[in-house]
Amino acid sequence: MRLRFVLTRLSLLVVTVLVSSLAIYGAMFLTPGDPATLLVGGSRDPDPAVLAQIHREYHLDDPFIQGYLHWLGNCLQGDFGKSLVYRDSVAGLIGTRAADTLALVTYAAVIVLVTGTVIGTVAALRGGRTETLVTTLTAGAMAVPTFVMAVLLIWLFAVQLPWFPVYGSGEGFAGTLKHLTLPAVALALTWIGYVAQVTRTAVRAELRSEHVETARSRGVPEHAVIRRHVLYNASGPVLAVSGVGIAGVIATAAVAEQAFGTGGLGSLMIEAASKQDMAVVQAVSLIFVVVFVVINTTVDLVSAALDPRVAQKGAR
Amino acid sequence: MSATPPLLRIDGLGIDLPLDGEPRPIVHRADVVIPEGAAVALVGESGSGKSLTARAVLGLLPAGARLHGDVAFAGESVAGMAPERLRRFRAGEVAMVFQDPRAHINPARSVGDFLIEGLTLTRGVRAADAVRKVTGILREVGIADAERRMRQRPHELSGGLLQRVMIAAALAAEPRLLLADEPTTALDVTTQEEVMAIIAEAREARGLALLFITHDLELAAAVCDRIVVMYAGSTVEELPAGHLRERAAHPYTRALLSSRPSVFEAGADLRSIPGRPLSGFEVPDGCAFSDRCPRVRDRCRSERPAPSAAGDSTAACHFPYTAPAEEAGCHA
Repeated sequence: MRLRFVLTRLSLLVVTVLVSSLAIYGAMFLTPGDPATLLVGGSRDPDPAVLAQIHREYHLDDPFIQGYLHWLGNCLQGDFGKSLVYRDSVAGLIGTRAADTLALVTYAAVIVLVTGTVIGTVAALRGGRTETLVTTLTAGAMAVPTFVMAVLLIWLFAVQLPWFPVYGSGEGFAGTLKHLTLPAVALALTWIGYVAQVTRTAVRAELRSEHVETARSRGVPEHAVIRRHVLYNASGPVLAVSGVGIAGVIATAAVAEQAFGTGGLGSLMIEAASKQDMAVVQAVSLIFVVVFVVINTTVDLVSAALDPRVAQKGAR
Repeated sequence: MSATPPLLRIDGLGIDLPLDGEPRPIVHRADVVIPEGAAVALVGESGSGKSLTARAVLGLLPAGARLHGDVAFAGESVAGMAPERLRRFRAGEVAMVFQDPRAHINPARSVGDFLIEGLTLTRGVRAADAVRKVTGILREVGIADAERRMRQRPHELSGGLLQRVMIAAALAAEPRLLLADEPTTALDVTTQEEVMAIIAEAREARGLALLFITHDLELAAAVCDRIVVMYAGSTVEELPAGHLRERAAHPYTRALLSSRPSVFEAGADLRSIPGRPLSGFEVPDGCAFSDRCPRVRDRCRSERPAPSAAGDSTAACHFPYTAPAEEAGCHA
């Protein structure tokens, strides 16, 4: 892989995070009124002495750029400020919930990647009725929003068939798994659709490609043709859509967390936003942006390692 | 027919492909015989069915294809081969060089991977031995820095170089018959000559038989012993390469010959054959060429001519030319 490509991607990552952090920080000043009232949270009239203290702590009276750099510097050191609503450090609030979200997102991502690629590949290889069936079902899965799917799943698997708990995040590994299954499935279904469709198309295209004809003309065994030429070459687009899928799961995690009451960063952000707890919203937004960009960069780098032409095009 | 069968005999081959769900004949009747070590050219315009005929030799037809007649390799019917036998046949007895190496070599894998795959995966040759062998063959086809090329990916090589890689891959399999499907069409003119020279040399050194598919009659005559001309899904004439200029009997062959620009006749008008080439499934009841033929008579439109031998050649025509061709003499 070209070193230049890696460096370009990494610097793009840094630039993206910086630009988004600027937007996240700046949003506080775009809202009408004194930013300090947002940081206090709530809509009641706050104490002027508290406001003055916040102005000092958050460097709100400094020029914008200085205040921003100060905030960013603190964030980089893991200090996201204090939530006046929860009366706790933002870092502490995030820490306990990040683990829940990580578990849910990982669970959903595994379901998306495994199910999506497997049924997409099977559909392309088998063709005929299997392919039609998979295409129809995945198109349906893509069309159903997560919150509708959440309600359906609760009704079916928690109320009608009492297989899974309706609420909470559970104790221990088995308990967590049991509690997170329904939210993870609700989150995953839409993205399974996307990953399966793209996998099917990519595998189809490779099956028809000339270089696969060459491999067959040389007597390469069919299983090797599929593995070394069809699946290997299809992995580029599959990887790309998987990255989008995982990012999408993270973005919609809040919906599932709210619907199933599992708690996590997503539901923390929703709560914080409704209570106008700006410090928490900023911190969680920044974390989401970083995770997003890191996932996308990883996908780009792995794609380039698999097919060097990607790196050549990208570096130009 | 002698006691030992020829290396390749394509006998009355017909191929139907499904088009809009209905089987349509793309190849009507192809007859080709290649003795051991001989070079035969299959010449025709695009869509005449020559590439499909070559793929039928490998049993490499699209899904839903229906076959009539027979393709026999050293007396053994290719259509009758069991999957495992067909795989071994493709891996070691016939090799194909395709038209566009850039599309026909996996772009995501290294050149070395492509070259050794034919040996390691099909015959269980150890990777190190396979590398040694293909490195030697790469040098033989004129690639000096073979080790470096093996590590590169296809997009880092020029078209001519990549076609040499394809030829080297075919030779590595030590086949008895090489199928070359317009191997120079995707290349520029100077590279074309080099690639043809490499194929000719390799053939001589190894006693390989060659089925050379091209639309270029003169190139075919220069490289091959015998010429088979194909039109709209049927082989219409078969003759020794040396007789092509003077003794071609089929009006289509003569028309093809006179529609090629000649360096010896500078300033002469370039003739084209009136009408357009037909696909196999558009062919009328009579002779496929009847609509474009300068010698057409009523019989040609109602009755399809069968191939009939005259001396050293065979032509499928009711009213073949018998007099030697003079320059441009075949046009009314």
